[in-house]
Amino acid sequence: MEMPQPNPDVLALKRALVARLQQVLPQDAVIHDEAETRAYECDALTAYKCPPMLAVLPSTTQQVSDVLRICHDAGVPVVPRGAGTSLAGGALPTADCVILGVARMNEVLEVDYDNRFIKVQSGRTNLSVTGAVEAEDFFYAPDPSSQLACAIAGNIAMNSGGAHCLKYGVTTNNLLGVTMVMMDGSVVEIGGAYLDAGGLDLLGVICGSEGQLGVVTEATLRILRKPEGARPVLMGFDDNEVAGQCVSDIIKSGILPVAIEFMDRLCIRACENFANAGYPDCEALLIVEVEGSDAEIDSQLSKIIEIAKRHNPVELRESQSADESARIWLGRKSAFGAMGQLNDYMCLDGTIPVSSLPFVLRRIGELSKEYGLPVGNVFHAGDGNMHPLILYDANKPGDLEKCEAFGADILKLCVDAGGCLTGEHGVGIEKRDLMTHQYAPQDLEAQMAVKDVFDPNWLLNPAKVFPLKASAVRRMAAE
Amino acid sequence: MRPETEAELAEFVAGLNGPVRIAGGGTRGIVGAEPVLSVAGLSGITLYEPGALTLVARAGTPVAEVEAALEAEGQQLAFEPMDHRELLGTTGEPTIGGVVAANISGPRRIQAGACRDFLLGVRYVDGLGQVIKNGGRVMKNVTGYDLVKLMAGSWGTLGVLSEVSLKVLPKSETQLTLAIGVADTRAAVDLMSTALKSPYEVSGAAYAPADGQVLLRIEGFADSVAYRIDRLRESLGGECIEMANSVTRWADLRDVRAFRDIDGDVWRLSVKPSDAPGIAERISADQTLFDWGGGLIWALMPKGTDLRARLGQFEGHATLVRASAQTMGELGRFQPENTRIKALTRAFRQKFDPRSVFNPGLMG
Repeated sequence: MEMPQPNPDVLALKRALVARLQQVLPQDAVIHDEAETRAYECDALTAYKCPPMLAVLPSTTQQVSDVLRICHDAGVPVVPRGAGTSLAGGALPTADCVILGVARMNEVLEVDYDNRFIKVQSGRTNLSVTGAVEAEDFFYAPDPSSQLACAIAGNIAMNSGGAHCLKYGVTTNNLLGVTMVMMDGSVVEIGGAYLDAGGLDLLGVICGSEGQLGVVTEATLRILRKPEGARPVLMGFDDNEVAGQCVSDIIKSGILPVAIEFMDRLCIRACENFANAGYPDCEALLIVEVEGSDAEIDSQLSKIIEIAKRHNPVELRESQSADESARIWLGRKSAFGAMGQLNDYMCLDGTIPVSSLPFVLRRIGELSKEYGLPVGNVFHAGDGNMHPLILYDANKPGDLEKCEAFGADILKLCVDAGGCLTGEHGVGIEKRDLMTHQYAPQDLEAQMAVKDVFDPNWLLNPAKVFPLKASAVRRMAAE
Repeated sequence: MRPETEAELAEFVAGLNGPVRIAGGGTRGIVGAEPVLSVAGLSGITLYEPGALTLVARAGTPVAEVEAALEAEGQQLAFEPMDHRELLGTTGEPTIGGVVAANISGPRRIQAGACRDFLLGVRYVDGLGQVIKNGGRVMKNVTGYDLVKLMAGSWGTLGVLSEVSLKVLPKSETQLTLAIGVADTRAAVDLMSTALKSPYEVSGAAYAPADGQVLLRIEGFADSVAYRIDRLRESLGGECIEMANSVTRWADLRDVRAFRDIDGDVWRLSVKPSDAPGIAERISADQTLFDWGGGLIWALMPKGTDLRARLGQFEGHATLVRASAQTMGELGRFQPENTRIKALTRAFRQKFDPRSVFNPGLMG
């Protein structure tokens, strides 16, 4: 993966910069020792690594503002970092950058049940936002698989989704306001405890901007009352295409399940070995979950089961207990870990129109044979968000490159089928150079113009999202 | 100026020598620059896949045509866009592009989300006449920056929409409304808050002081609606309004028909729900309507009143929806922004429409 050459002028500033930063931050919040900066050399896309010049861990919005102003004035690139769980390399450093980690900013600032929001510092983890309101039976809806570890800051940067967004939407649909520090150190408040922007929807464009427009330090999030209950049903089919048709029929019937998850044979076996959820051994597995009171759940599930029966399932099993439901979900949520026990893997997240599912799955199978690399598929079927997991051996010369080429072919396939490169993980460095397959040069120019507005010198996370060639002029001008 | 294709539209814009006012059906009360650039010629649904919950339509497609196509498949625009014609006394055919450009949402916004939450993709012509696309037709898409949200609610000031792609949802089998008498606005907001904190998925929570009643809407399959209405009534009391009447009541609320035949300016305020009673007191309007559990206030004010001046600082924003051209010019349609945000807005305008030809003066 190509990254820009470190700027020697910036590297030469290191000592002065450390001294300057130590004036505005506590001693232990400026990490400059080479053994320690190594902790920040990668995120969850571990195939690519590069220790940063230094890392800082501010605790307040004011400190973030001080850090950014100092880096701005010195012309030093900054890479913001939440919990470092990005699967797209969103927090991958360059050797001449400052990593700005928000991990120490994890306070709950305000909980307001009457107005149904919570205000938190952005370093707080996704799951602990729900944790803060659970006692009152509330929850924060977006639930990425990494929710135990991932930070709200990263969720906002990548506009994270999760298994339950078919009903509840993704981060952007649950974000009411932010406090954000711009690269020049100025602090802006956008949105708040009310609905919809007054002027341009800046909140909408900040969410999903991959840390390139500013550093979000505080977020106002919508919280929801938990449903009375939820229950999944498992369905096994001996044909992917039939499973895809079943998904489409459920959606057309007027029922909106809270989640519809899909796994193919390779994933089913890996997850079953990992979680013992009682998954059947078949070509395709669906987990369909509905919510409500017991009677409401019974009624919705009976409609869903009726539809499934028309497609001759090899297995059809309603969860009988809370414990069984938990195990069914544990299997699904452990999919990445379970696949990781088989081999190294690369996880993609292209999205396709649900109607193209059978064609795309067939084509991925063909490509898998051509490349000689196995691929497992696990994904959010209701919204067409695929997660092909390509298995490869990092220690085998040439395997990573082969895997990258295979991955690129799958993502192009998704775009050609009417979909997109990434549904919830973000572009980062991983899909940067494929952007030209989805967008024409003027489309990318329009997006880069947004970065020009917020960060005219292109100092924030500059080598991400856009193909290096496309952003070169702007990045060079900044140097 | 009425182009019939996106290519013609792009050509028109590239050849512009001065400002234009962009119009779909022209029903949302926008006045300003002449001539009018009509997008109504770009019409027609280009893709509808009920099994994928997606619909793509050219910007000038009438909302009625979109809703009829959805109705035939038992689906709907869940954000329940308001029709401004009765309130504003405008004529014409509201278009889907107009709904998107103004980010128009109705009572269900509080549960389902706003228009912008259902917008999956856009194609638009920027101020230089270039055709730009962003987003797509799939429900989850984080590929590059989300200009889709930016275009929703930008009122044509950043580009002329040529095509929009929307997520649609199943239409509910039935709906019922619980009507509960309350003493005042504070009691109404408290009651709505209690209902919205329940697990019963209230899809509308409004209060009309003139009727002294809070309305709570429940939608879904018949057995589930009956169950949830019963549970709410057990704890909150009230009378149940059956389906046909419920549909009418919410359409009246959505289109603010209560202010239709009464003289005066109409303001729309988005606020923190619990602030609503205090704000209503401070503006002392001739009439008010509360939607979104109190988070949306419709206020009927004596003509020419500067509501924002009466209100002073508050968390939220106030939009002038109906007023004379003179008042609109003096007070401005949109809530003024602070210096930093205003600078960002201006910079956006400069990047997207460097010649300032689209709806100049309307926004920022």
